[in-house]
This record gives sequence, C-alpha cells and structure tokens, in this order.
Amino acid sequence: MKFIHYIEKIGGVDIFGMLSLVIFVVFFLGVLAWVFKTNKKTFNEISRIPLDN
Amino acid sequence: MELEKFYYDNKIVRAFGYATVIFGVVGMLAGLFAAVQIYMPQISMNFAPTTFGRVRPLHTNAIIFAFVGNATFAGVYYSLQRLCKTRMLSDKLSWIHFWGWQTIIAAAAISLLLGKTTGKEYAELEWPIDIAITLVWVIFGINMFGTILKRREKHLYVAIWFYIATWVTVALLHIVNSIEIPVSFMKSYSWYAGVQDALVQWWYGHNAVAFFLTTPVLGLMYYFLPKAANRPVYSYRLSIIHFWALIFLYIWAGPHHLLYTALPDWAQSLGVVFSIMLIAPSWGGMLNGLFTLRGAWDKVREEPVLKFMVVAITCYGMATFEGPLLSLKSVNAISHFTDWTIAHVHIGGLGWNGFMAFAILYYMVPKLWDTTLYSKKLATNHFWLGTIGIIIYAVPMYWAGFEQSLMWKSFTPEGQLKFQFLETVNSIKPFYVLRSIGGALYLTGAFFMVYNLYKTIRQGSFVANEAAEAAPLVKEVSEHKEYWHRVIERKPMAMLVLSLIVVAIGGLIEMIPTFLVKSNIPTIASVKPYTPLELQGRDIYLREGCYNCHSQMIRPFRDEVARYGEYSKAGEFVYDHPFQWGSKRTGPDLAREGGKYPDSWHYNHMYDPRSMSPGSIMPQYTWLLDDQLDTASTPAKIRAMQTLGVPYPEGYDKIANKDLMHQADSITANLKKDKITTPSNAEIIALIAYMQRIGRDIKAEPKKIIAEK
Repeated sequence: MKFIHYIEKIGGVDIFGMLSLVIFVVFFLGVLAWVFKTNKKTFNEISRIPLDN
Repeated sequence: MELEKFYYDNKIVRAFGYATVIFGVVGMLAGLFAAVQIYMPQISMNFAPTTFGRVRPLHTNAIIFAFVGNATFAGVYYSLQRLCKTRMLSDKLSWIHFWGWQTIIAAAAISLLLGKTTGKEYAELEWPIDIAITLVWVIFGINMFGTILKRREKHLYVAIWFYIATWVTVALLHIVNSIEIPVSFMKSYSWYAGVQDALVQWWYGHNAVAFFLTTPVLGLMYYFLPKAANRPVYSYRLSIIHFWALIFLYIWAGPHHLLYTALPDWAQSLGVVFSIMLIAPSWGGMLNGLFTLRGAWDKVREEPVLKFMVVAITCYGMATFEGPLLSLKSVNAISHFTDWTIAHVHIGGLGWNGFMAFAILYYMVPKLWDTTLYSKKLATNHFWLGTIGIIIYAVPMYWAGFEQSLMWKSFTPEGQLKFQFLETVNSIKPFYVLRSIGGALYLTGAFFMVYNLYKTIRQGSFVANEAAEAAPLVKEVSEHKEYWHRVIERKPMAMLVLSLIVVAIGGLIEMIPTFLVKSNIPTIASVKPYTPLELQGRDIYLREGCYNCHSQMIRPFRDEVARYGEYSKAGEFVYDHPFQWGSKRTGPDLAREGGKYPDSWHYNHMYDPRSMSPGSIMPQYTWLLDDQLDTASTPAKIRAMQTLGVPYPEGYDKIANKDLMHQADSITANLKKDKITTPSNAEIIALIAYMQRIGRDIKAEPKKIIAEK
C-alpha cells in the first residue's frame, strides 16, 4: 500500500496552477452567461418558493 | 388540478433542535473549561481526561459536529420538507439518522476524553466511529434525495443546492481523509505520511469549515432569512453565482494552512491564489443576505431572529474577508501559530455559526409549538450578551496574536533573540483571562435562550404533524430547447454529480502531483524509521493531544531558525503516520526538540513543568510516570507500519519488544545518573525516547562542503 512515485520528475509544474485558473475562469464565465440569459421572471418565481408555505 | 393533502414531520425537527441546544451548551462549557485551563493549568486536577490536550478536541468536535451539525439537520429537516412541499421520504430513516448521529457524538465524547485519537485536527475520531459517520451520512443522503425526488415543487430552491453540495463534499472529504489502517479496536494510523498527510488533512480541515460550517448554514440563511423578513432574497441571480463560485473555489484553498511549511511551493501558491479569489463569492453571499433586508431594517429593531441573522451574516463577511487576508504569505508569516487564528475561527464559530443556530431556533420553536416567543426582551438580552461576548473574546485574541508574534520575531541590536518563549506567553496571559470572560458572557446568553425556549414550549402545544396542501408535480414536456442549467436545477441527481465533479477537480489537481511525483518530496538518506520505543512514545504524544499546543514545523524564518534550529524539510516526515505539524504554538515548536535537554529534564518537566520552566502554562502529566507502557501492542503497530511502507526488516514485529526494552533500559540508566529511579516500562520512558528523537535525523546527514572560490 505504499505510495509509489509513478512519475519521477515533473516538468513545468506551473501548468497545474495555470490549468486550474483556466478551468475556473471558463466555468465561471459559463455560469455568468447562463445567469444573465435566463429570464428574470423565472428567478422571481423561484425566489418566492420559501414564502409560499 | 386537485390539491393533495399531506403532513410535515415536526417531531424530527424537534429532536434535532433539542440536541442542538444540549450539545451547544456542552460544547461551549468544554470550550470555557479549556480556555480557563490555559492560564490556570491546575484546574485540570492532574486528571488525564480533563487536561487541555483532550478537552480541546472535545470542544472543537462538540461545537462542529454536535452543535452546528444538529442545528443544520434541524434546519434542513424543517426547510427541505417545506421547500419540496412533501414529508421526508421515510420517518424511519429520519430517526435512524437522528439516533445514529447522537450515538456517534456520545462515542466521540467518551473516546476523545479517553485519549483515543487519530491526532489529525477535526478528524480525531477513530476508525470505528469514522465508519459509523459514513453509514449515518449515507442514511441522511438517501432520506434527503428521496425527499427531493418526490417533491411537489418544480424548481429546486437555492437552499437545496447548498444542502446537496454539503452532502456530496462532506462525504468525499471524510472518506479521503479518514483512510487509515486499524491497529486495534480504537487505534489506527493514517494511510498518508508527512507532507502528503498534511496536504490531505488541510484539504479536509479547510473544506470541513467550508462544507460543514459554511455551505449548509448558507442554505439555512437562504431559507430562514427570507422567511423571517417575509420577502424574497435580494437577488436570486447572485445566489446562483454565489453557489457555483463558492463551491468551486473553496476546495482549492486548503494549502493556505501550510504556507512556509515543507509543502511544495507551487501547491502553496495555488492555495493562496484561490483563497484570494474566494472573497468574491463570499461577499456576494453576504451582500445578498444583507440586501434582502433593504427597506425592512425597521423589522430588525423588533425581531430578535433578524438581529441574530444580521450579526451572523456580518461576522460571515468579516471572517471571509480575513480568510483571504490570512492566506497572503506576508500576513500568514505573522498570524500563523498564534492566537490570531483562534480569534478568526471564533468570529466564524461564535458569530456566524452560533448566531445562525440561535436565529433558527428562535424562529422554529414558536412555529413548531404554534405559539409566539415567550419573551422578545429576553431574546434581545441574549443577543446583546452574545455580541458583547464575541467582541470581548475576539479583540484580546487579535491583540495577543499580534503581540506574541512580534515578540517572537524581535532581535536585540546584537542579533540575539530578544525574548524567551516563556516571556512571550506570560505577556499575553491577561488576554487569555479576558477571552474566557467573553466566552462566559456568550455562554450566559445561551442559558437565557434555554430558559426562553423552555417557557415558549410550555405555553404552546406541539404540532407533531403539520398539515399542508399542494398540487402534485406533473411531467412537463418542453417545446423548445432549454439552457443546461435550467435542466440541471430541476434534476437533483445531475446537480449532485456536477457538484461532485466541481469539487473533485480542485482536490485532484492539488494532490496528484504531490502523491505521484517523487521530486516533490526529496528523500533524505539519514531519515530512519522510529524505533519501537519511539513509536510507542509517539502514540502517547498523540494520545495526550500535544499537537494542540506544540507545532513540529520550523518555517524558514530568521527568528524560527534562531529559536528552534534548522528549518523543517519535507523529507524528514516520510515515516510520520500521521504528521504532527500542528497549527498553534501555545507552547514552543518541538521539531528540533531531540537532544536539546537531558532525559532527566523531560522527566521532571512532565511531572511538573513549572519546576523546570517557572511560569509555564503546560499541564502536569503525572500519570505518565506511573502508568505502564502497553508493550503487547508493539508487534501489531510494527506490522501496520510495514503495511504502510515503513521499511522495518521482515519479521521485525516479533523481536521489536526486545529492542524496545533495551532502549528503555538505557534511558532508565541515564535517569539514574541524575538520581531518578523509575521502572523501564513506565510510559514516560517511551515519551522521552520520542522527544529525544524528534528532528535529530538530519543532524546525522554528512555536511556538504562548498568549495571556496
């Protein structure tokens, strides 16, 4: 069960940091785009759910 | 369409509500007891279960898992039924969840006081309890998703998203961090070692704050705040951005707990960047909460529930502003290991979690008993006591943190350290006293609440099954193509999977390189496995919770190297299952303790710390001098370590005890020279062996000679 170091060395580890940032930014822009495309009326409806009961 | 009649289950909400109140008081009492012990160590009465090292984990576990946990469950069971317009999936599952969780809490309390601990902060519970937690969590999940699936409301309100993300992520964190190899019933070793263990632990520790203390409580905020203010949330759009950005960013930020440590630098930087970005969604959520009250601030004057919520949300904003600040390396260099951290977490704990729990109790209890709150005045008094308590708690701790850190880093003009460690401790003692006064005020407020809720319950009559009506959900056939999110937000299972993917990415990118790449943890040839006696001593170190006050991680700063010795290297910890870097220096760092003092110093110091270090606030560990070391466990421990890859020779488990006694005898002989007579099988001997070993290995490393130019 010992950890085996499958990769001895890693070249350009900065790519991990860069990759993370890119993944996040893309994802975030996706959410943003959707949020502003959606009809405000729908949101108003949903936001009243807790008050309906 | 015909309306269906059904009933909300209030009994389960009541049960979790009672548990919240009881464990809230218990957890706060434990905290107060621990806080007083810091400046009056004698009140532990030299009794092992009541010493700081065991009471502090009891306090943290009780507050996190028993108080906030039960409050969350009470709030979820209340709001989920109403948001889904249906009763919970199964009453039976609800009750298994309830009793299972309370049994876990009882087992945790007993085992922590007995010193059964894994030695990993906020994950101290031993493997049988870990398994029980997993099972109960799955029961909760089935019950929750079953309820969501049979809902009569088309849309999943944002609070439910937070509940789903909580469930998924806590499951992931708990399982990954709890992978351990059992040695015996109630004893195990972490599968990970050293740097890897530290990375996994703080990925867990940080995200336990995120997904046990933040996301479920945000879900509660999104339900109970609009209810109490009787108006919808300020911006539903913002709540969606808040949700996705928060869960995505949080999961990456764990390494900010390990700045300047032996963790690879790229992982530290990753943690910092994401921590700074985290302020955006956190403040988005805070503003969304506060803006919900726009034009309704007059209600805040009247309604205690809203008062508590406003301060809770403000504290959330303060803590989440401070979080990114603390993860800047230059700030962290000052704050880390000091009481600043304690102040920070108590803004979150007392302010955000505590006040939110009080708010929902004040909201739900009158509703459940179909009456009004017994006394708004008493609740307002509770509010003020609590608020003043938070201030008197936090301000002295911030001050103490700054003061001590600056003292640690002070040098004389001659280049010597200006203050002994003990001097820095003694200068902040008055702040410790003030802190406990703040905590006592806060606790007094909680007692006001207990009385107020008791009187409310007495004047009302409990509605066990609350009648409600709603139309059943019909399958909609969509005529035009919908956006992906519209589809997801109606499909809880898709939501679950997407949340899991989102939180898993961060964990994977951080961990895989650290686990798989050899160059990330440079090995040091002179670092050898612990001897059997040292291993046993290390387990005593864990049992007594030494890590609660002592770090084993020297950061590469001038003052730390001058005070403690050579800074810590990643390769030194490869046999540390679990790692013991610690997070707080109430006492000095121990990473280079080995060989600093003679054996007799440690013996006397454990018997009475003040005899060797006048003014010390460390508890006495008198029982270590009397209790016999359990050598019967040695072979199993050696075998477990071998399974984990520690290179003991084959068959060593059978002869380990012989080596153990040999080493013990040599320490006893050493002590004898200083006129101390003790049997070789006393626990203190093993602990001394371990203390004398810590941080010594690299001293044996042959020095590299740098050629002169």
